[in-house]
Amino acid sequence: MKVSMTVNGKSVSRDVEPRTLLVHFIREDLALTGTNVGCDTSSCGACTVLINGESVKSCTTLAVQADGADVMTIEGMASEDGTLHPIQKAFQENHGLQCGFCTPGMVMASYSLIKENDHLDEKAVREGLEGNLCRCTGYHNIVKSVLAAASEMGA
Amino acid sequence: MTTIANASSGVIGQPMLRREDPKLLSGEARFTDDLKIPGALWIGLVRSPFANAKIISIDTQDAKASPGIVAVYVASDLQSEWAGPIPSAWQVTPDMKSPAHYPLASGKANYVGDPVAVVVGNSPTEVADAVALVDVSYEELPAVVDLEEALTDANVIHEELGTNKCYVWELNPNPQGIEDAFKSAAHVVKERYIQQRLIPAAMEPRSVAVVPSPMGGDYTLYSATQIPHILKVMTALTVGISESKIRVIAPSVGGGFGSKLDVYPEELLCLALARKHKVPVRWTEERTEGAQATIQGRGQVQHIELAADKDGKLLGVRADIIADMGGYQQLITAGVPLLGAFLYHGAYHTPTYAFKCTGVYTNKTPTDAYRGAGRPEATYAIERAMDSLAKTVGVDPAEIRRRNFIPTESFPYNSPAGLVFDSGNYGPNLDQALTAVGYDTLRADQEKRRAEGSTKHLGIGLSFFVEMCGLAPSRVLASLNYAAGGWESATVRILPTSKVQVVTGTAPHGQGHETVWAMIVADKLGISVDDIEVLHSDTSIAPHGMDTYGSRSLSVGGSAVHIATERVLEKAQKIAAHLLEASEDDLEYQGGIFSVKGSPDKTMPLAAIAFEAFTAHNLPDGLEPNLEATTTWDPPNFTFPFGSHIAVVEVDEETGKVELLRYMAVDDCGPRVNPLIVEGQIHGGLAQGIGQALYEEAVYDSAGNLLNATFADYLLPSAAELPTFELGNTVTPSPTNPLGVKGIGEAGAIASPPAVMNAIVDALSHIGPIQIEMPASPERVWKAIQAVRA
Repeated sequence: MKVSMTVNGKSVSRDVEPRTLLVHFIREDLALTGTNVGCDTSSCGACTVLINGESVKSCTTLAVQADGADVMTIEGMASEDGTLHPIQKAFQENHGLQCGFCTPGMVMASYSLIKENDHLDEKAVREGLEGNLCRCTGYHNIVKSVLAAASEMGA
Repeated sequence: MTTIANASSGVIGQPMLRREDPKLLSGEARFTDDLKIPGALWIGLVRSPFANAKIISIDTQDAKASPGIVAVYVASDLQSEWAGPIPSAWQVTPDMKSPAHYPLASGKANYVGDPVAVVVGNSPTEVADAVALVDVSYEELPAVVDLEEALTDANVIHEELGTNKCYVWELNPNPQGIEDAFKSAAHVVKERYIQQRLIPAAMEPRSVAVVPSPMGGDYTLYSATQIPHILKVMTALTVGISESKIRVIAPSVGGGFGSKLDVYPEELLCLALARKHKVPVRWTEERTEGAQATIQGRGQVQHIELAADKDGKLLGVRADIIADMGGYQQLITAGVPLLGAFLYHGAYHTPTYAFKCTGVYTNKTPTDAYRGAGRPEATYAIERAMDSLAKTVGVDPAEIRRRNFIPTESFPYNSPAGLVFDSGNYGPNLDQALTAVGYDTLRADQEKRRAEGSTKHLGIGLSFFVEMCGLAPSRVLASLNYAAGGWESATVRILPTSKVQVVTGTAPHGQGHETVWAMIVADKLGISVDDIEVLHSDTSIAPHGMDTYGSRSLSVGGSAVHIATERVLEKAQKIAAHLLEASEDDLEYQGGIFSVKGSPDKTMPLAAIAFEAFTAHNLPDGLEPNLEATTTWDPPNFTFPFGSHIAVVEVDEETGKVELLRYMAVDDCGPRVNPLIVEGQIHGGLAQGIGQALYEEAVYDSAGNLLNATFADYLLPSAAELPTFELGNTVTPSPTNPLGVKGIGEAGAIASPPAVMNAIVDALSHIGPIQIEMPASPERVWKAIQAVRA
C-alpha cells in the first residue's frame, strides 16, 4: 500500500506491506534509526514519536495509520544548524541519559508532556513519563532534565 | 627527576558534561540494529516451549519452502561448524560438572527458550514467519524448577552428569574456631532468605551482525556486548577461526548490567553462518524472547547464621547457599555466587567465618552476572541478619552496626575470609547518613504514628555495605580458577597535529568513559579535553582489553590511562630538556607548556614537542621517535567501596502496599573523577536494587514456564515508582591504584535491597516479627501481616 506523510518537515511517500509498523517504516524505509525498539508490548516507550504534535508509541501504530500525518522523530528536534532543542540540551546538562537507548523516546515523550501541561512539578513529570522505561538513570536526572526544560520553555 | 608527571590541573573532580551525549540525544548514535548492512541474511531461532524435553524429531520442510528462506538448520547440520562448545570460563572446582552446551540443543532441550533450530532468510519478517513453520516433536519430561528439590536428584536434567549438583565450593579456614564460636555465643541468629531471579533488562535488546571481509577471509562481528575483547577470543575458539581473522566492534551499546557480559549462541551462529553462506548474517533479539534467551541474575537460597556475644559483637558468621545455574553454564555462571563468598560478614569484624556454596542445575534460563554479581546477595544476607541480631540483642540497628564495624585503624584489614580490605572509615560515614536523613526525628515520627493508631506505618531501614570490585588482580583470579586475568590496557598517543588519542581496553555502554578518560588525560597534560579523543570497543583499534564489568573500568582502566599519560609526559620532558638545552630537573610544566625555571622566555609547548617527536630530526640520543606510551595495569588488589543507605517507607497495613518515601545514600568510592557520572551510577543502581526489593522477579511455574516474560508483566520500576534520591558522600582513597578510586557502578544495586526490606520489617515490627521475601508485593506484605497476627 502507498503511504504518504510528513516526517521532520519533509514529505515522504512509500509502498509498504499493510502490516508494517510505523517504527519499522521510520527505521527501515526512511533510515531514521534514532527511534528505537526496546520491547514488543508497547511498554518501554523507546519508540515514542510525535504524530501531529502528540506523543505516540510508533511500535503500536501501523505506518498506514499515519498516512497524511505530520510525524516528528528525534532527528527533527535539533535546529538545522545542529543546535540542540532545549529538551535535548537539558538532558545533557542534567546528565539525564547514560546508555542513551531510551533517550530519543524519553525526549519525545517529554516534549508532549511539557507542551500539554502549564505547570509541571516533580510528581507530574514522574507520572507523565510512566510509559517510558529507563534502566540506567533511576529517572532522577531525567526528572531534573524535564523540569529544567519545562522552565526554559516557559511551561 | 622532577614531579612534573604527578601534577594535576584541576580537571579531575569537575562535574564535566558528557561528550557522548549530543550523538545519543540527536539520534545519530548507531546501535547494532541500526547498522545498514546490504545483502545481510537474518536468522531466527526456533526455541523449545518445554523446560525439559526430549527432541524426537524436527521437520523443517515447510519452513524451508517458506518465501524468502535460504536455509534451516538443526544441531546435527551444524556440528562440524564448532571447534568447541559455548565457553564457560569459570571452572570453580576441579570436579565441577558441566554439560556440553552448543548453540543448538541436540537430543534434549533444557529450558523454555533453549534453541533447537535456526532459520536463515532474507528479512526478519520472513524469518519470523518460517520459524513458526518448523515442526518439532518433543517428549516432555518433568521440569526441575525448585533448587532444593533439584538437589535431591529425583529428576536428573543432564543424564550424562548423573546429578543436578554442579559443584560444592567451601571456604572454612578455621572449622574448630567457628564451631566453638557458635557453642559459646550468647546470641545466635539463623535466617533463610531467597534471592529471586531477576531479568537484567538492558533497554537495548541484544543484537549481532557478522560481515565477512571482501578479501582475506576476515570477519567483522558487531555486537551489543560489554566484552568485545573477550568475545573475540571466545568466538575464535568456538567457531575455529584464527583470532587474528576476527574483528569485534561494539557500536553504541544500550546498557548491559552483566547481561551482555557473555558469549551467546546467536553470536556464534551468526559467525558460523556468515562463514558458511559467505554473506553477512545478523540477528536482533525480541524483548520477550530475550527474557528467556538472555541470562538472568541472582537465584539463590541463602542460609546465614550469626554468633554473637552478650553485647551483640560477632563471634562467627556462617553462610550456606544454594545457587541456581539454570540449564547450562554461560560465561561465568558458576563463579558469580563466589564473588560474594568473601563478603557474608559485611563491614563487620568477625574472628571466625565459613562459607559454602552448592551450585545446582535447573530447567530454567542460565544465570550469570547481573549488576553486583554475588555481592548484592551477600550484602542482603548479612544486612538483614544484622537487623535480626539487633532485635535479638535489643539495640538499635545503627548501634549493632557501630559495635561491629571493622575499626578504622585496622585498615588495611585482613579479613577472616582471606581478603585484604584496602581502606575504610565506616563510623563517620554512618553518622553522616543518620544525621542527613534525620534518623532521630524519623524514629519519633514512627512512634507518633503508632501511638495515634495509624494503619500506615513508617519504617526506617539501614543497610551498610562494603563490596569488592575493580575486577581484578590476575593472581587472585587465578586462585579462584578463573580462566583470564584482570588487567587493563591503555595507550596515550600525542599526534603530530598535537591532538591526543587515548586507546582503552574498556568497553563503555553508558558509563561515559569517553568523557572521563579524557578528563584524566587533560588533568595531567594541562590541555583541553576537546583535544583528546578516546577510542574503544573495536578490537582492531584497541587490540588489548578486558572490557567493562565488575565496577572495574575506572580503577583498572582509568588507572592504566593515568599511568600511560605519565609515561608520555616523562618522555616529553626528556625531549623538552634536550631542545631547551636545560636539565630535566630545571623544567616546569603548566597548561601544556614546558618552561625553564627562572627563564620564563625559554618555553616549549607540548604540541611542538609532539611534532619534534614525530619528525625525529633532533631527539636526544637513544630516544625513540613519536610521543606515545602503552601500559597494561594489573591492580594489586580489589577496591572496597562502602556506604550507608537508609530507606524510609510507608507500609499500609490494610492493603500491604509499600511506598518508598525517601532514600538516602552516603557512598564512599574514594575521590570522584566526575561527580555527575558517579551520582548517575548510584541513581541507576538504586533503581535496580529497589526494583529487586519491591517489584521484580522472574516467576516460573512448576512446569518451568516463565510467566512474566514481557515488559507488560515484568515490573521494571518507572519514574512514578521511585523517589528523588538523596545522596551524600565521604572520601576514603584506595591505596591500591594511582587515582585512589573505588568502583561505584554496582554499589546502588548492592546496598539498596536490604535497606528497603529492613525498612518494611521495621515498619511492622510492633505488629510482630514479619517474615517476608523479595519482591515485597502488596500481596506478600499483606499475607505476612496476617501470618504474624494468626
